Amino acid sequence: MQKVLEKVAITGAEAVAYAMKQIEPDVVAAYPITPQTPIVEYFAKYVADGVVKTEMIPVESEHSAMSALVGAAAAGARAMTATSANGLALMHEIVYIAASYRLPIVMPVVNRALSGPLNIHCDHSDAMAERDSGWIQLFAESNQEAYDLTILAVKLAEHEAVRLPVMVNLDGFILSHGVEPVELYPDELVKKFVGEPKPYYPLLDTDHPVTWGPIDLYDYYFEHKRQQAEAMENVKKVFPEIAKEFEETFGKRYNFVEEYRLDDADHVMIALGSTNSTIKYVVDELREEGYKVGALKIWMFRPFPKETLQRLLNGRKTVVVLDRALSFGAEAPLYEAVKSALYEVAARPLLGSYVYGLGGRDVKPEHIRKAFEDAIRGNLIADEQRYLGLRE
Amino acid sequence: MRTQRLLSYLRPGRWPSVWCPGCGNGIVLKTFLEAVDRLSIPKEKIAVVSGIGCSSRVTGYMDFNTLHTLHGRAVAFATGVKLAKPDFEVVVMGGDGDLLAIGGNHFIHACKRNLDLTIVIFNNMIYAMTGGQVSPTTPSFFQTPTTPRGNFERSFDAVSLALAAGATFVARSTVYHYDHLVQVLERALKHKGTSVVDVLTGCPTYFGRYNNMPTPSSVMEFFKTHTCFIEEEGEGKIKIGIFKESEEPEFYSLYKEITSKEGAME
Repeated sequence: MQKVLEKVAITGAEAVAYAMKQIEPDVVAAYPITPQTPIVEYFAKYVADGVVKTEMIPVESEHSAMSALVGAAAAGARAMTATSANGLALMHEIVYIAASYRLPIVMPVVNRALSGPLNIHCDHSDAMAERDSGWIQLFAESNQEAYDLTILAVKLAEHEAVRLPVMVNLDGFILSHGVEPVELYPDELVKKFVGEPKPYYPLLDTDHPVTWGPIDLYDYYFEHKRQQAEAMENVKKVFPEIAKEFEETFGKRYNFVEEYRLDDADHVMIALGSTNSTIKYVVDELREEGYKVGALKIWMFRPFPKETLQRLLNGRKTVVVLDRALSFGAEAPLYEAVKSALYEVAARPLLGSYVYGLGGRDVKPEHIRKAFEDAIRGNLIADEQRYLGLRE
Repeated sequence: MRTQRLLSYLRPGRWPSVWCPGCGNGIVLKTFLEAVDRLSIPKEKIAVVSGIGCSSRVTGYMDFNTLHTLHGRAVAFATGVKLAKPDFEVVVMGGDGDLLAIGGNHFIHACKRNLDLTIVIFNNMIYAMTGGQVSPTTPSFFQTPTTPRGNFERSFDAVSLALAAGATFVARSTVYHYDHLVQVLERALKHKGTSVVDVLTGCPTYFGRYNNMPTPSSVMEFFKTHTCFIEEEGEGKIKIGIFKESEEPEFYSLYKEITSKEGAME
């Protein structure tokens, strides 16, 4: 069978909604928030037109959306939603519940600044606020990746050694509302890839009644948390297998990270999401000028692929990390993770931390170039947080 | 002279507004300013609190003490403001989705508590800011982007909800009934206790366009022909007017009275 059905120019929101149509979850519960809204609108049309059999509930808040999904998933259904920023923050309480119940819910998160002051544009503060919640976190660079990772996430979430929820992050407006060419796969291939959901101890199995989430104090709570940590570690074993199957089915390769002109690179830049496209553009420019620079894109932020980073970054001259979020009073989240991973390598690179693009501030090639130039000149201080494109 | 006075209640640097041409929100704003002006409430004694949505942007445009808060939480923030500043006229402004869905629990509890707040619902029957999705007041069978085949849920009647929850002043008007709306808002502001004013306002961009009322005037026409005053005969029409206006113990007064009694704090 043909791997690619057609190549179309669509927004990231439509690409994600199309993936959801092909996955055809049993239940979708959602509440509108900019810039997630078009995903739900496209999907609502699929429901209304009878294209999918999904039961869709337009609930009264994100708190209710995630609660409804927890109920649906515990009953054995495949359940999905999408949200952004404050919507994700309002879900926070149940985000933890979903992970600790080991419910394989898949949720595209259209990244937007977490207020205040009120801002609707892209940064990663919403996703970072959930980084310890026990969800797997994937980040897309392009609309194609948002489409692919949404499909891939279902299989990863539902793997028996994992059974964890997944957030598929895509940059608000930049991807969600920006049009790019996307290769769409045939419905049958997607349906075959994700397969039928296999319910674990479903509430609807009345011959084997179970209870979910009963009180769990100092007797067993700790052991249950340990199992959650174990499941997250298992992702590191399972993900490469699923990525391989994805590649065989659809012809697109995924991994924990993407290496871009990394082989002989002395200076490496690391980032999440759509900014990687700008970084690659600047890497090409600097390579033409004779500088040995490269990029390392993080596809999977949780679990954090520490071993991969250690292998790829040991012995480099410099590593520059770009963060689209702050961690007030501590180092920026991605930088902190990278720095921590590199503590154990034999030949530690010089490190630099750059925060950029908060609240949708545009990041331009000259900003990326500035950070690379600092690295090339050896002008990096590991304990100094710098800012790109900021009035100071 | 009057225009000058009304303009003094605005922040000129914040205009033009985000509201679309033909939006009813500007009318609600002006009727509110008229009511404030008629009651001669000093600017510095008014606090307006809003949540998130088209109508909630109103706090940016008015030159009172204003607080632009989170989606659904305006009533809770306003409760804090009123308790800290009991001599302030504290007003909550927000949309139907903000106040009745995501903030519905705060809304009914404010009504129950009967704290002296004035809650003005800009009821355009959809989530306009995010693109017109179905809201708790979208009438049954009306179309929205998330209910392309029509809304098959029933809708909230904000007036019945407020009455059942215990609000002591409950009224409804529309942006078509300008003078009536000014009078209602005036009485709501004067009332001591929780006042709820459900204002039907038009969104031609989304609500209208999806429901065969694509022009501002057609939405106005809808409010004209589909409403009648409480005392009028009107089978199947939306009733407007004052549904309840009763003097009942107000939360803060009661609180002061009880805590000031000898031995109350022991």
